[in-house]
Amino acid sequence: MGLAMFDLWHKIKQNLFLKPQPGFTGGIVHHHQFKVTAGLPIVACPLPDVLMHPIKQHIGEPCEPIVQVGDRVLRGQVLAKAQGYLSVPVHASTSGVVARIEEHTIPHPSGLGLTTIFIHSDGLDEADESLYPMPNYRSIDVVELRERIRHAGIVGLGGAVFPTFVKLVQDQKHRVDTVILNGIECEPWLTCDHQLMNEKSHEVITGLDIILYLVGAEKGIIAIEDNKPDAIKIMQTTLLDMGMDKYIEVQVLPTRYPQGGEKQLIQAITGKEVPAGGLPMHIGVVSLNVGTSKAIYDAVCLGEPLTERIVTVSGDAAPSPVNMSVRLGTSMHFLLAQVGIQSLDGIKLIHGGPMMGELLGHDDIPVVKGTNGILAMRETTVLSAHHAESPCIRCGDCGEVCPAGLMPNLLAAHCKEHQFERAEDYNLFDCIECGACSYVCPSHIPLVHYFRYGKGQVAQIQREKAFAEASRLRSEKREARLAKERAEKEEKRRIAKAKKEARAKALAEKQAAEAEAMNMQAKSASETENTDNTTQKRKPEETA
Amino acid sequence: MELLYPILIFAVLALLIGLGLGLASHYFHVEGDPLADKVDALLPQTQCGQCGYPGCRPYADAVAAGEVDINHCIPGGERTMLEIADVMGVEPKAIEEEETAPVVAYIREDECIGCTLCIKACPVDCIIGAPKQYHTIIADHCTGCALCLEPCPVDCIDMVETPELLEHWSWPVPGTKRANKAESRKASHGVSHV
Repeated sequence: MGLAMFDLWHKIKQNLFLKPQPGFTGGIVHHHQFKVTAGLPIVACPLPDVLMHPIKQHIGEPCEPIVQVGDRVLRGQVLAKAQGYLSVPVHASTSGVVARIEEHTIPHPSGLGLTTIFIHSDGLDEADESLYPMPNYRSIDVVELRERIRHAGIVGLGGAVFPTFVKLVQDQKHRVDTVILNGIECEPWLTCDHQLMNEKSHEVITGLDIILYLVGAEKGIIAIEDNKPDAIKIMQTTLLDMGMDKYIEVQVLPTRYPQGGEKQLIQAITGKEVPAGGLPMHIGVVSLNVGTSKAIYDAVCLGEPLTERIVTVSGDAAPSPVNMSVRLGTSMHFLLAQVGIQSLDGIKLIHGGPMMGELLGHDDIPVVKGTNGILAMRETTVLSAHHAESPCIRCGDCGEVCPAGLMPNLLAAHCKEHQFERAEDYNLFDCIECGACSYVCPSHIPLVHYFRYGKGQVAQIQREKAFAEASRLRSEKREARLAKERAEKEEKRRIAKAKKEARAKALAEKQAAEAEAMNMQAKSASETENTDNTTQKRKPEETA
Repeated sequence: MELLYPILIFAVLALLIGLGLGLASHYFHVEGDPLADKVDALLPQTQCGQCGYPGCRPYADAVAAGEVDINHCIPGGERTMLEIADVMGVEPKAIEEEETAPVVAYIREDECIGCTLCIKACPVDCIIGAPKQYHTIIADHCTGCALCLEPCPVDCIDMVETPELLEHWSWPVPGTKRANKAESRKASHGVSHV
């Protein structure tokens, strides 16, 4: 009784002070995480003969190739330079010769291709050492550091591939006080971040220190879920060893999907919600993946651009799943051969995790900056998870698990009925496409698929409206021009007509005058000379 | 006599209100037809003339005047029809012809004789060329109206389907024709056979 009273009092107190409570609403707990590669050491993937570098591996503008076919390039040399602000360059992952530049499939749900630079490796793996290391980064100007991070081609390696340098700004209006390093890795199967923290804790923490210096924040938090006790321990010891435990701490969170989502993680730690359409920066937080932090360390302290990343190659069809350090541009076919998969018969490939990743059509696709895992699943496994859609029974499970606090059933219904405006009213664009709703739906409605369709259609409609507006303007201008031309023609015709009339009048007058003159001539012979003179004078005037 | 007062009051009121309305209609007069403008803004502006009017604006005028049904815009499809129905406050009407894939015109330049007839026909000024010079179409601006096909004396203009662009790609609805096409492409596209 006393305890219940205390609990009640506690609740009332909480509600009275309305303090933001850490933790996000919704989410799901996977009973089985399938993290078979957890704790397995990172294996270096051998160098393939051919590397494929798509010219866009980030969110933003595609890059422009600056190498020619036949050029010899070194590891870390820029192949394609950034275009516009939201863009980072693409680098060669090894030394070799540019064999060809042509369209090739990239890991994308459309299966469409993109201009890709093919490099035939010469096996020497010579590095371009034009970037000098900056181990004493705290004495270097933030602008230079930021430019280095951009030049190194660093993007969010958690899978979102957003150019990292954009986040690392010091804004007077939005001061950043906390940097959260995302070591959550909430997708089942994937363990690349886990193993990175186990093996490269020093690099990850140094990377975080660089970020803290760049954004001028006082506090760093490394967030790890409680299903990775070894990583938690290692990070804590390394922090103590490095003497950074005063301002960087490891925060342990209960395992829940999608805690690794940027907005969800920030809410889970600070209790503050990133406003709709806003950025984490607006609430004083910057969040980066641990892999990105390691890449920043490499770029700043070692002067190495982003040319490799850790990929979990796993799945129930992989005989020997492994965490591999892979050069960007390595073909998935080559990668799968390393884990003992020679043919794709009866196997479905997933790029990324099982919750948010996409199915690939074939394996002649390069590893890109956003590849955190490749899962080779048995076709039977994939098919057994796939059910025909049945009608919504309004159970509300999807709304309960939605980490963004949306109503997925209503959203999906609106998207399905092409009521995109209404879907937007229900905050379609706040959906992070985590897939939790589709996962729990007892009617197997592909909810996220409908949201993606809806988002795409909204963008398409906007493009069409802009195109229609431009067409309308051109059409109106053409109409105006034609009207002007018509008016000018009309004016010319009018003038010509007036002239003609004037001429006719003059002729008539002349004839009249002549006739009169004839009469006069007939009447008096003495005046003949005078009239002849006047008619001769008028004649040249008329012809002119 | 008692009957006369109310009549007088109402007569004076009617006069005053009438005067007010008359003045308002004079001073707050809006040029053009705002309803036609609204309808025009919904139309896809292909200027194709498939509705039977010489362009989008004339059709919008006719729709706003209630002279014609709202379901004649073929490139606009069902979505445009529903939007017009919403603005006009009328019942939606089914569109007879099916929406086709987006197309743009393409001139086979080696066959072009440079007659400039297509340039004159293009309603959005997106064909460039000069007499006795090859003409070409600015594909980004072409609305796919096909009005340039008919005047061409050598039939060197084709309508080609616009390719799906990666940056404009959007998810198809599961189970539709477009989704199946994407699936089949995914299995085969861009295999380099190295």
